[in-house]
Amino acid sequence: MAVNLASLVGSAKNKDLAKKFTAFNNFLDSNIGKTLGLRKGLVNTLYYGAYGGTKVAGMVSSVMSGGGAKADPARLAPKTPSDFFDLNYTEEQTMVQEALKQYALKMREAAEKVDEKFEIPDNLWQEYYALELAYYQVPESLGGMMKEKSTVTNMMMVETLSHGDLGMTLALYTSNSVLNALVKWGSDAQQKSLVPKFLEPKPTKASIALNEPSALFSPYELATTAEKSGSGYTINGLKNMVPLSSIADYFLVIANTKDNGPQAFIVDKNAAGLTITTDRGMGLNSAQLGQLKLDNVKVEASALLGEGSGFNYEEYINYSKLGWCALAVGCAQAVLDYVIPYANDRFAFGEPISHRQAVAFIIADIKIEMDSMRILTQRAASRAEQGLPFAKETYLAHIMCSDKSMMIGSNGVQLLGGHGYIRDFPVQRWYRDLRAVSIAINGVHI
Amino acid sequence: MNLEVPNKFKGVLKTAYTAAEVLLRPISRKYDVGEHTYPKELDILAAALSGANNASGGAIGGATSSREKEIPGAKKVLKNGGNMANCLNIQGISYGDVGLLLSFPGQGLGNAAIAAVSNDEQLKKFGKMWAAMAITEPNVGSDSAAITTTARKEGNNYILNGEKIFVTSGERADCVVVWATLDKGIGRAAIKSFIVLRSNLGMKLERVEKKLGIRASDTAAFVLTDCVVPGTDLLGNPEIDVKKGFGGVMETFDNTRPFVAAMALGCMQAAIERTREILSEKINLKDHKTPINKLKAAQAQFYRMEADYEAARLLVLRAAWMADNKVPNSMEASICKAKAGRVGVEITLKCVELCSSLGYSYKELLEKWGRDSKILDIFEGTQQIQQLIIARRMLGKGSSELK
Repeated sequence: MAVNLASLVGSAKNKDLAKKFTAFNNFLDSNIGKTLGLRKGLVNTLYYGAYGGTKVAGMVSSVMSGGGAKADPARLAPKTPSDFFDLNYTEEQTMVQEALKQYALKMREAAEKVDEKFEIPDNLWQEYYALELAYYQVPESLGGMMKEKSTVTNMMMVETLSHGDLGMTLALYTSNSVLNALVKWGSDAQQKSLVPKFLEPKPTKASIALNEPSALFSPYELATTAEKSGSGYTINGLKNMVPLSSIADYFLVIANTKDNGPQAFIVDKNAAGLTITTDRGMGLNSAQLGQLKLDNVKVEASALLGEGSGFNYEEYINYSKLGWCALAVGCAQAVLDYVIPYANDRFAFGEPISHRQAVAFIIADIKIEMDSMRILTQRAASRAEQGLPFAKETYLAHIMCSDKSMMIGSNGVQLLGGHGYIRDFPVQRWYRDLRAVSIAINGVHI
Repeated sequence: MNLEVPNKFKGVLKTAYTAAEVLLRPISRKYDVGEHTYPKELDILAAALSGANNASGGAIGGATSSREKEIPGAKKVLKNGGNMANCLNIQGISYGDVGLLLSFPGQGLGNAAIAAVSNDEQLKKFGKMWAAMAITEPNVGSDSAAITTTARKEGNNYILNGEKIFVTSGERADCVVVWATLDKGIGRAAIKSFIVLRSNLGMKLERVEKKLGIRASDTAAFVLTDCVVPGTDLLGNPEIDVKKGFGGVMETFDNTRPFVAAMALGCMQAAIERTREILSEKINLKDHKTPINKLKAAQAQFYRMEADYEAARLLVLRAAWMADNKVPNSMEASICKAKAGRVGVEITLKCVELCSSLGYSYKELLEKWGRDSKILDIFEGTQQIQQLIIARRMLGKGSSELK
């Protein structure tokens, strides 16, 4: 456990904090604590509730330098399949989730303003970085903490953040999604040059461009093309709904190749021929959605994700869909948690509206269908991390999340009546954000 | 986290599905058409299966309680146990025929009640009998606390008077667990259950109902006229404990809701699989890539059915997993019953529609599953009762507020 607890307790401002520290110290001393490799950033959030950005700086593992001899890329091996039905998160996952919940509360407070201003304030970015989620994605050999694949951890992180705000999660987690893709499919050289930058105190911002502006869009019928030219590729096409469009350092652009179908290309934001414009939509404003016009954008062969080996587009799509499922579940839970106290406090005809079955049964249905969404997503994610086939499970989870999350978003507004339509209340934002679940494949990739 | 069915249940599954396909399906239509005929094949089957069913009980009886007291300080070891095995077994048998499952000798709902609350003497006397359960009355349905059948103490006996309907296996069972009130003025706490032998002349079989579905299962109506029951045949505590009240009798339902949900799963699974066979000649049902809005309507409909079925199935496993681990699961039991109940009806009816006149015909069993499934969204708590339980729990409301 690489945490300097002495320096942390030195900053304790009151007895309460000291007490928390003692409890945590005891926790670390226990056998369980020792086995949990919790990052300092999480410790700060859990026990001090404060931004710990500067304290984290010295802790980052040595950054690996790029280049060098060709080697096999680092991959996370699947978990050994379990033969035990268990819906519990591990203790480590629970600890991470607790820290994320605290951060999600701050997201919620800021969400409507962020949605209107089209921008996440710097302090929320800094606190997000302090959580150091990248360490839970990157293999040990690349400086992270992971020994094996954990799709469930990623799902849990996205769901928990989305309970704070869906649009902001899309913005924040998009870089982590690119990181997941690099870990899964990047070549050795790509991993060594790009992955360490996600572990720095001020990590890379990167995004994914897949969706295209066409009705009945299918990720298996892309219009964007990448043609071989010289030693590299020339990319042409139009992408939209791209998160972080104005601030990402680079994009994973998915384009169709003649010989190998859809492939992912790493395209710098300053690439010649790339035009980025904002593409504001119904919701997700905090994600700064944009449109990418690629007009004869030339990239080197080294920009091809995996450099020609190992990339599996169908799996790529399924991990993205699972990410959107997790976003949907978190936001649906937010709706449910919001309408319960509202229905209890709102009086009509002399009693709380929750005393009426017409109202109460909608809330029961939200719970039933949200649980359905979550359990299908959990199953697909747990199969994925155990190396079991998960295409069908993902397809079904995505159908459920697409259908039911919109039903839940709509009922959230309905239950608040006229208030639901006013922007002082968050249900209208969730209504707008959840419409994207069945549409977007961009952005989140677990 | 892992949501796959453990290998240790493979034996349970194999037995159940083999019985379903080899023994139940071939006689499924026979007893649907021959309503009220005793399915004598079940006697052989019950004997054959009694060894195979796990120790905690058979088709629907003998659930392990989810409310056992926890030992403080004891280390929790999670398990995949009897409740999960029961749910898997019930789904498998119901995949064969849910009406026949309900007719399994010796496995009535009354058996579950006897297993849960009887004393040693009662267990000795009634443990081997087939016991039905009589709660519903002509004017009392979901509000079972309002029953009007009375039990009057007279010497060492109770005298029962009233009318009971919807008694599953009431004609075929050896005895009936009858709910009656010792004092109408007191309400829930005064409701007790009594084991009444079918040979008791005070309990007269009025009729056996003709039904929409599950026709293999008999549904009886009784009239109790000065029916004399020995005092020792009262189940549970004879005292009226106002504090404890209704909890005890309702606990039985916390345990059995996932089992009824599992019946709906079996029914759905049967319909989905048969529909897949029929439709696969015409459309691809293994495309898990194409966005749903680019598919044919029938394909999209089929995948939506699969998603609902899988969700219901996993929600049942969750409720069983909680029960196996002594985690209170009243709400989750209701959630799985609500989900499985509603999508069970939707799916089986949609399967009839997708298979067109083939689905509607007696030549297939699809229309039968469409009829059978409806009861599963009604008995042991209707859809609306489940919604009420879930909503009350979510909203923190009692029955006096959220009525």
